[in-house]
Amino acid sequence: MSISNSTIAAGDAPAASRRPSKVLSRRRRKIQSALVAYSFLAPNFLGFAVFTLGPILFAFVLAFMHWDGSNAITFAGLDNFWRLFEDKVFIAAFWNTIIYTVVSVPATLACALGLAILLNQKIFGRDFFRTAMFFPYVASLVAVAVVWNMIFNPEMGPVNMILYTLGLDPKDMPGWAADRHWAMVTVILFGVWKSMGYYMVIYLAGLQGINSELYEAADLDGANSWQKFVYVTVPQLGPTTFFVTVMLTIQSFKVFDQIYMITQGGPGTSTLVLVYHIYNEAFISWDLGYSSMIALVLFFLVLAVTVVQFRRQRED
Amino acid sequence: MASISLKKLNKSYGALTVVHDIDLEIADKEFIILVGPSGCGKSTTLRMIAGLEEISGGELQIGGDLMNDVPSKDRDIAMVFQNYALYPHMTVYKNMAFGLQLRKVSRDFIDSQVQDAARILDITHLLNRKPKALSGGQRQRVALGRAMVRNPAVFLLDEPLSNLDAKLRGTMRAEITKLHKRLHATFIYVTHDQIEAMTMADRIVVMKDGHIQQVDTPQNLYDRPVNMFVAGFIGAPQMNMMPSVIERRGERYFALFDGRELPLPAHFDRSRIAPYEGRDLVIGIRPENFHELPPADIAPENLAPFSAVMELAEPMGSEIHLNIIAGGRSLIARVSPRFRGAIGDEVKLVVDTTNMQLFDRQTERSILY
Repeated sequence: MSISNSTIAAGDAPAASRRPSKVLSRRRRKIQSALVAYSFLAPNFLGFAVFTLGPILFAFVLAFMHWDGSNAITFAGLDNFWRLFEDKVFIAAFWNTIIYTVVSVPATLACALGLAILLNQKIFGRDFFRTAMFFPYVASLVAVAVVWNMIFNPEMGPVNMILYTLGLDPKDMPGWAADRHWAMVTVILFGVWKSMGYYMVIYLAGLQGINSELYEAADLDGANSWQKFVYVTVPQLGPTTFFVTVMLTIQSFKVFDQIYMITQGGPGTSTLVLVYHIYNEAFISWDLGYSSMIALVLFFLVLAVTVVQFRRQRED
Repeated sequence: MASISLKKLNKSYGALTVVHDIDLEIADKEFIILVGPSGCGKSTTLRMIAGLEEISGGELQIGGDLMNDVPSKDRDIAMVFQNYALYPHMTVYKNMAFGLQLRKVSRDFIDSQVQDAARILDITHLLNRKPKALSGGQRQRVALGRAMVRNPAVFLLDEPLSNLDAKLRGTMRAEITKLHKRLHATFIYVTHDQIEAMTMADRIVVMKDGHIQQVDTPQNLYDRPVNMFVAGFIGAPQMNMMPSVIERRGERYFALFDGRELPLPAHFDRSRIAPYEGRDLVIGIRPENFHELPPADIAPENLAPFSAVMELAEPMGSEIHLNIIAGGRSLIARVSPRFRGAIGDEVKLVVDTTNMQLFDRQTERSILY
């Protein structure tokens, strides 16, 4: 209504005053369209604010407080921060998280890319294998973890059976999830196997986006299969690899559920990771202030790594 | 030496054959152009020569050696792709040097080759740029440069100018022709543009539906097309085709068209025409063989009056393409820019039959050649 009124007014006004009022109505229209956009965004933002943004901000504050969840919150200053350096469990969890990330990210990346290249060929049963490789990603984590524990059972699992028939001495047999030297390997293997199918699909899309003329040009230039992979496929997949790396890194830093299902952070602290430690401190020890401080550390760790990755991508 | 010989070369995908038993001899250092409408098999033929497409049957020889199963890189060829196929993440320099680097040639040699090619193509200032920072014409030059640095005996060019605008296409045509003279290599060039074919080629191969229609020099193709397809494909505006009957009057033959009598020139082979006496055929007359006034340099016995109704005039600046209607057919005449007339007027033209074409109506093949 207000718009039509103002245009009528502009039409009646003398020529000199016509221009400013037109500008005004244009500005008003701009504001109005912005309001419409915000009102559509509002329901989603409301959910984000209540369930995500609010708790994050609260956790930031809590990191500098003492709170057991029931009694009054008291100010702690940097107490929680200094405590990190004396907490042996935290230090173990920190390094376990780093190890998990440093190993599982490249391993998942390599497996996903390898699978994508294999399943991008015209081979028999391609669709079946694509589905089979994707399946672990959609399957229930609880169910597959139970199966995984059975397969890798040190005494009765088929994996060790196979190793035994291959001639491995029973006393050198890996204890997998029950062995403090093998537990991390087991968890990483599980993580790689669970998520490689998803990233394989992303890589498949990337591979199909490569112009086949580039491979033909490389053929004529005299490149063999490996050289074509190195000089055409890998650089052409750059943006895909960047996306996959960022997603995988974030995912690895916040790994929790599979460890909860397979090793519960043990044996000892051999697979205890930061999120697991946060969970223990918050909901087992009810030390919400300290656990928030650990969460803060994790947040800045992820942020720093992601910023570095974005910088490097931009340089390329 | 890089003569190329295709012997009964064919390509099929399952039951579908796209190239049928092609025989073609290409001489060393020749500039040969494969031309035809899309889907005629010209690109497939080129790709078989390149080794990018498996040969289903027949033989391919380069420099006298059988190449059917030799990998692309060992055929001593280079190719320029329609979309250039430059490696996007490499600089222009690396794009050009890549093939030589893979061949483990010395760095100094690579550098001198790249610099030489860049100088010839006038892209020295672009060597450190990446392809995405180049215009279409510059990318085209880089693609040519990449082909040049290896000094191949044969250059294969697959519609290299089709992504350029009309003006740039004109200048690049001339540059590629000059490049061919300078490089002393065999060029095989695929295009659907008959102007490119006419202006650049030593010989043109006209293809249709996987078959070669005719192989000849541009002028011979224009003057002596072996069938109606070639006659219609080469030349713009197209040759005018008219149904006709041949009649004999004393010593001379005439082609009749809608009451007009067009004398067949005396130099036509009478033994080829005689069997068609009284029979239906198709005559072909190029637009430039219509004139407003009888030209002084044409023998009067090869001229005939030709009146028609004007339908449309398309001024081209240097000439006018006059669309006329005669015998219910739309024809095109090229007349001088001074021509004046209005739509619906009767225009009185003169037709020169010296280069008239005669085709069998059933087989569509030329009666004369």
